[in-house]
Amino acid sequence: MARIDLEHIRHAYGAKPKSENDYALKEVHHEWNDGGAYALLGPSGCGKTTLLNIISGLINPSEGRILFDGKDVTHLSTQDRNIAQVFQFPVIYDTMTVYDNLAFPLRNRHVPETEVDRRVKEIIEMIGLGGWAGKKAQGLTADQKQKISLGRGLVRSDVSAILFDEPLTVIDPEMKWVLRSQIKRLHKQFGFTMVYVTHDQTEALTFADKVVVMYDGQIVQIGTPAELFERPRHTFVGYFIGSPGMNVLPAKIDGSTAQVGGESIALNFRPEIKSGAKTELGIRPEFVSIGREGMPVAITKVEDIGRHKIVRARFADQPISIILDEDGEIPADPRIAFDQKAINIYADSWRVGGEA
Amino acid sequence: MEKTWNNKAWFMVLPVLVLVAFSAVIPLMTVVNYSVQDTFGNNEFFWAGTDWYVDVLTSDRFWDALTRNLIFSAIILAIEIPLGIIIALNMPKKGLGVPVCLVLMALPLLIPWNVVGTIWQVFGRVDIGLLGHTLEALGINYNYVQNPIDAWVTLIVMDVWHWTSLVVLLCYAGLVSIPDAYYQAAKIDGASRWSVFRYIQLPKMKRVLLIAFLLRFMDSFMIYTEPFVVTGGGPGNSTTFLSIDLVKMAIGQFDLGPAAALSIIYFLIILLLSWIFYTVMTTSDAQS
Repeated sequence: MARIDLEHIRHAYGAKPKSENDYALKEVHHEWNDGGAYALLGPSGCGKTTLLNIISGLINPSEGRILFDGKDVTHLSTQDRNIAQVFQFPVIYDTMTVYDNLAFPLRNRHVPETEVDRRVKEIIEMIGLGGWAGKKAQGLTADQKQKISLGRGLVRSDVSAILFDEPLTVIDPEMKWVLRSQIKRLHKQFGFTMVYVTHDQTEALTFADKVVVMYDGQIVQIGTPAELFERPRHTFVGYFIGSPGMNVLPAKIDGSTAQVGGESIALNFRPEIKSGAKTELGIRPEFVSIGREGMPVAITKVEDIGRHKIVRARFADQPISIILDEDGEIPADPRIAFDQKAINIYADSWRVGGEA
Repeated sequence: MEKTWNNKAWFMVLPVLVLVAFSAVIPLMTVVNYSVQDTFGNNEFFWAGTDWYVDVLTSDRFWDALTRNLIFSAIILAIEIPLGIIIALNMPKKGLGVPVCLVLMALPLLIPWNVVGTIWQVFGRVDIGLLGHTLEALGINYNYVQNPIDAWVTLIVMDVWHWTSLVVLLCYAGLVSIPDAYYQAAKIDGASRWSVFRYIQLPKMKRVLLIAFLLRFMDSFMIYTEPFVVTGGGPGNSTTFLSIDLVKMAIGQFDLGPAAALSIIYFLIILLLSWIFYTVMTTSDAQS
């Protein structure tokens, strides 16, 4: 168990980075609390795996330091950092049995055989491969193999942290829930520091206490699922989290009023905007209501997804999504209104003003 | 979909049958023809039945040559396979070193076999050869023309030089196909260098090693050109392998009957090995 500090970490895969754009990972300065469950969320290529590999020591960062419990480990090897990591695709030792696969990390560290046996049996039950202990790992299915990889990550009780690199990509949807809740239970039980990389927002939001959203090589927001939902710090977080994502409409800000197209929308605060900045108004589809009062809107499509309807429409010449209850009615001359508390204002894509 | 049966299709196979007949079946049958008859020239033949086969199979000459073949194959396999693995493991995985190494490795494979023989024949000569002369100067008594051990050492070193590359290239192909994640996982699991080899690299190389093993076994079992050029089967009969013995018998002594019988036996041995080759490969495929 350890607290992990990343001090001004930057990483470029090329030898001599010239500009900011040459960095796969732009400056990250952040601490991961001991025993926290973090999710690193972001689209492919945003640098989340790079960051994970820097923590585990598979990659040496171009700049910056990594501290485990205050001790500098930047130049320590993966073994010496005592990290467990589970990869996206199953990595198993083909010629070994399921049991030996799980025992491998312990035996390499000369853990006494009775302890190995106890740990392996516990893990093998947990990942649901109880009857498979003596089987050769080679003939297993992809999700059984991935469970073994997962098990090998969890088998060591003394690790500083467990890192997961999109571990459930190859697992069946229904099994995903089971495994995810097992990981979560394990976290509660043993208090491992866990970092979980994923591009699946549901996975991130259900797994983590704190979600770290990455975009284009930098961390754009760190927050609880509720914070990410209600107060996205960056328009990207707005788009990326939520289904459908936040509506972001170009707006002119004038005092405490926002002008979208020809409509004026009153704000409950007065954002301070630097002149020349590109300003936008963000509102989640959940906070747009449809009725006979408000601003005119043209409906283009209604998607019924069971629990509620998603209404696609055009408002002030911009596409907009609205979430409507399953039994919600759309009047003949529909009009929309925004929940004032849920409006966020962005200047150059970053959120301004208002209470956090 | 319904299949149409049309006997005309057999005509399509005919050209291949004719080609195979001329290239393989007819020559083979000629040999079979010789192996069951005796002749004193003049195109007169006498029925000999299985006499020649009995003769060959009961002769010391055949068993000695076969034993030499097997010992030779065993020795070169014991050297080339481990050596090939070690070299492949130490080859660079990326960068400029890769093409350089691959070309260097492929060079011996590109040299015609009789040229390989000639190179080593000259290289090992005590009077003008670099190797022979150097050994002589160092006070080591080396003479592959007179000493059977020296002749064997020369042939083995030559074969290792010539063919280890093949094992290297096959192993290398197996190694580069291993995803990085395996090595990363091994690091995280705290695996030693030996464990990485034993549990990741060796299992992934198993298939190509099998191919390398069987190819090298069959090739070395049929070796002819190089020993013919270097030692001519000598000194004495010490490097007379089956193939060399066969040529001596057929062309040197003009014993067509026994030579034909030996050819058929030699052919059947190789056929048997090819069958084992095929079976082992397909069963290992079915497993994975």
